[in-house]
Amino acid sequence: MIHGPGCPVCVTPLEIIDKALEIAARPDVIFCSFGDMLRVPGSEKDLFRIKSEGGDVRVVYSPLDTLTLARENPDREVVFFGIGFETTAPANAMTVYQARRLGVRNFSLLVSHVLVPPAIAAIMESPSCRVQAFLGAGHVCSVMGTAEYPPLAQRYRVPIVVTGFEPLDILEGIRRAVIQLEAGCHEVENAYRRAVPAEGNPAAQAMLREVFTVTDRAWRGIGVIPRSGWRLAPAFAEFDAEERFAVQDIRTAESTVCRSGEVLQGLIKPHECAAFGRECTPRTPLGATMVSSEGACAAYHRYRRLELTHA
Amino acid sequence: MCLAVPGRVVGVEERRDTVMAEVDFGGVRKDVCLQYLPDVGIGDYVIVHVGFAIQRLDERSALETLAEFERLGLLEEEFGDGFAAAAREAGEQP
Repeated sequence: MIHGPGCPVCVTPLEIIDKALEIAARPDVIFCSFGDMLRVPGSEKDLFRIKSEGGDVRVVYSPLDTLTLARENPDREVVFFGIGFETTAPANAMTVYQARRLGVRNFSLLVSHVLVPPAIAAIMESPSCRVQAFLGAGHVCSVMGTAEYPPLAQRYRVPIVVTGFEPLDILEGIRRAVIQLEAGCHEVENAYRRAVPAEGNPAAQAMLREVFTVTDRAWRGIGVIPRSGWRLAPAFAEFDAEERFAVQDIRTAESTVCRSGEVLQGLIKPHECAAFGRECTPRTPLGATMVSSEGACAAYHRYRRLELTHA
Repeated sequence: MCLAVPGRVVGVEERRDTVMAEVDFGGVRKDVCLQYLPDVGIGDYVIVHVGFAIQRLDERSALETLAEFERLGLLEEEFGDGFAAAAREAGEQP
């Protein structure tokens, strides 16, 4: 079992974090984010540090909360850090759509949305790829449906089992993948029918098509994958925080010590990184995979560290 | 933020031409946007991600999932104070 690049916090590149930090440090900005992003290190700081230095950084439950904030603070710029896969994108799309409809001009979105199917293709195209089957993320398919996956399963001759997130779901997904492998099959199966209709959520898909457009996107540790993300469509460009705050030109190289990129690609296990459990811990993370509780390194540190270090 | 949590719709209203619901997650209640599932009504169960209902779910599956999330402490992680949670993780002993 390999943790794939399945956590949106973990695949967000350093460069977009640095852009977020630059915007959040501005005195005229209220910077809103999900809590998971606060401790993800940029080149020099994280959002926690920006807040301790006086930046107005806030955690919201829903991106719609940021529109309320924007209306309550007409003299401030309210920016939301819009990361995530297809599961999260409909929420951000609706927020931008509502901002335009309601004329909330002091709102903008820093967009770093990513898409699952192009990432599966990129992993399978990698010469070092050893992946034999995929558990497809269930809630991504709750939104998008399953139609994008049969071409991938056929082209790469790899089983894809759409799977839920609870322990029994995961076991069932693995069981079905193994049965397919033993039979020499490579089909798309839906093992999460209770939450994944084949067509997904058509209303959400319509909103995504209206607000976003497909773009090349950099993934942490993997690099740029063609057509693997969403950015705002031209009709909504006025809400693009990168343009509004002129941070498009910030360029950041990834860390040389942290090997999270290789972890994300399944090339090494977390404990094979020299920094694991030493300079890199959940309290002092070098990379995003150690920050997010869903990250591979954090999970290894929490559940397998003693076993690994005493072995 | 990666969680999507099932909850029961206990109220529906239109706010600024947007369909919003009050959703109960095993005792915690939140405002949830229902715009992507316009046919859902009071008493239905939905899967909610960052304040948006993204799919329907049957009652039995929803209750099983909620009980499991409660047991794993995931509801507090999802609906508690985001700053406090991040600070707690920052202080986690190595």
